[in-house]
Amino acid sequence: MSASVLYDAPGPRAKALNWVYSGVALVVFGYLAWLIYSKFEETGQWESEKWTPFLDADVWNNLLIPGLIGTLSAFAVGSVLALAFGFVFAVGRLSDLKIISIPCAVVVEFFRAIPMLLLMFFIYFMQPSLGITPTSIFWAVVIGLTLYNGSVIAEIIRAGVNALPKGQREAGFAIGLTRAQVMRTILLPQAVRSMLPAIIAQLVVLLKDTALGYVLGYSELLAQVKQLDGNFHNLIPAAIVVAVIYIILNTILGLVANWIEARTRRVGHTAAPVGHAGAVDPVAAEADLVAKGNATPSNPGPL
Amino acid sequence: MDLFSEYGSAILEAFGLTLRLAVFSGVFSLLLGAVLAVFRVSPVPVLRWVGSAVVYTFRNTPLTLVMFFALFGLFYQLKLGANQDDPLNEQNFQLAVLALSIYTSTFVCEVLRSGINTVPLGQAEAARAIGLTFSQNLRLVVLPQALRSVLNPLASVMIAMIKNTTVAVTIGVVTATGVNEASGQMRTMMENEADQIVLIFIIFSIGFMIMTLPVGFLAGWASKKFAVIR
Repeated sequence: MSASVLYDAPGPRAKALNWVYSGVALVVFGYLAWLIYSKFEETGQWESEKWTPFLDADVWNNLLIPGLIGTLSAFAVGSVLALAFGFVFAVGRLSDLKIISIPCAVVVEFFRAIPMLLLMFFIYFMQPSLGITPTSIFWAVVIGLTLYNGSVIAEIIRAGVNALPKGQREAGFAIGLTRAQVMRTILLPQAVRSMLPAIIAQLVVLLKDTALGYVLGYSELLAQVKQLDGNFHNLIPAAIVVAVIYIILNTILGLVANWIEARTRRVGHTAAPVGHAGAVDPVAAEADLVAKGNATPSNPGPL
Repeated sequence: MDLFSEYGSAILEAFGLTLRLAVFSGVFSLLLGAVLAVFRVSPVPVLRWVGSAVVYTFRNTPLTLVMFFALFGLFYQLKLGANQDDPLNEQNFQLAVLALSIYTSTFVCEVLRSGINTVPLGQAEAARAIGLTFSQNLRLVVLPQALRSVLNPLASVMIAMIKNTTVAVTIGVVTATGVNEASGQMRTMMENEADQIVLIFIIFSIGFMIMTLPVGFLAGWASKKFAVIR
């Protein structure tokens, strides 16, 4: 911490003071932790019959694994579609033809401006009038995830292309490539490389947002908390276990993002400054990019 | 336009409730986020650990789960999180604000922290070199620069928070007269008026844009006006 802007490397007196403050903080937060523990105790949350179901293979096979599969399948289909959507609309919005770029901009801005839950409700309730029966909850969730996250990814890719030095594009034209060739063979590969950490950070958001499917009645991890509570009356342990599963999944994605970031930094292959994802940190990544002047701030935020 | 004559006042009431959720959660998340940011940049290791643990836990957990836990876990199981004597609608409102505030505050914290990190080290070194104390350094040199550079990302977080108020439908937040917040109201209307779904969707989309777009414009204007020129 010696390179903080806020304070100098601590001397002997500051070091001693920090230990004192640490002690005080430890006591305060220790007390808070004890309060939570005793509240759990008081309401019987530590009873073994509330926790032993998680040691039972049947509970995992019949409840948690199917929930995980529900979450992961919405995530898998949603992220593939969102990436495709993002590419198409990023390229569309970067087009020199106004007749293409303006509609693409309108679509992207619209889907970023409205809550995803409204989109999911809309797609869900729209299906009967389009003659789609029986109504598919899965597709309502997945299309909602795709439209919002795809729009954010489109903006990330566009920011990546705009951050490339002008010379890249000009050099492409100078050797006689067409606009499409410049985009496909020169700009996009570099933009995607530099923005991959930010794109993966957005996939973390997508993974978390699959939980919105619970509101529509999609059978995913959160819905299994209700099931577990119905069977074993262990809502709090179930919610904690499911939260831990989400945190592990997101941590894995975050590690992938960090690994790619480190690799891109080392290998190079891009003229653009490499976007920074942090552990699982789309906001900070964006804040960094905005602060460095590399990206336009996306108005509707990336949470 | 009998949709308006039938639902006009309910729509307004729904958005009023959404706005109230957003204002309360906005204030609390900014305060809590600032506290968490102070923890995370403080020289005291224990505070840093606590700050990191809270941020890591909540930002990797879906808001839907946080909201769900606030009502079914915190309130029904542990009897915490809201005043047990309040009427039902007030309880759920308090719990939704609690969940939204904690969830959003972790994002506020990260934005503030990254703002402090954008201040060049030389600024603080120069401040110390001319003899400014820690609080003078923070007050006169670091924070003014840090805050101005986070205006835009902070607005992004607030806009996301306004949109996230819709997740309150998980626990059902209603007004005293029983009108849901905007997303719940929209669901009710779509269930009842199956032939006007597109119009209903457009109405509610515009309602959210009216709330979010000014925040974005204001932040864009302010961040230009107060930009730090280096």
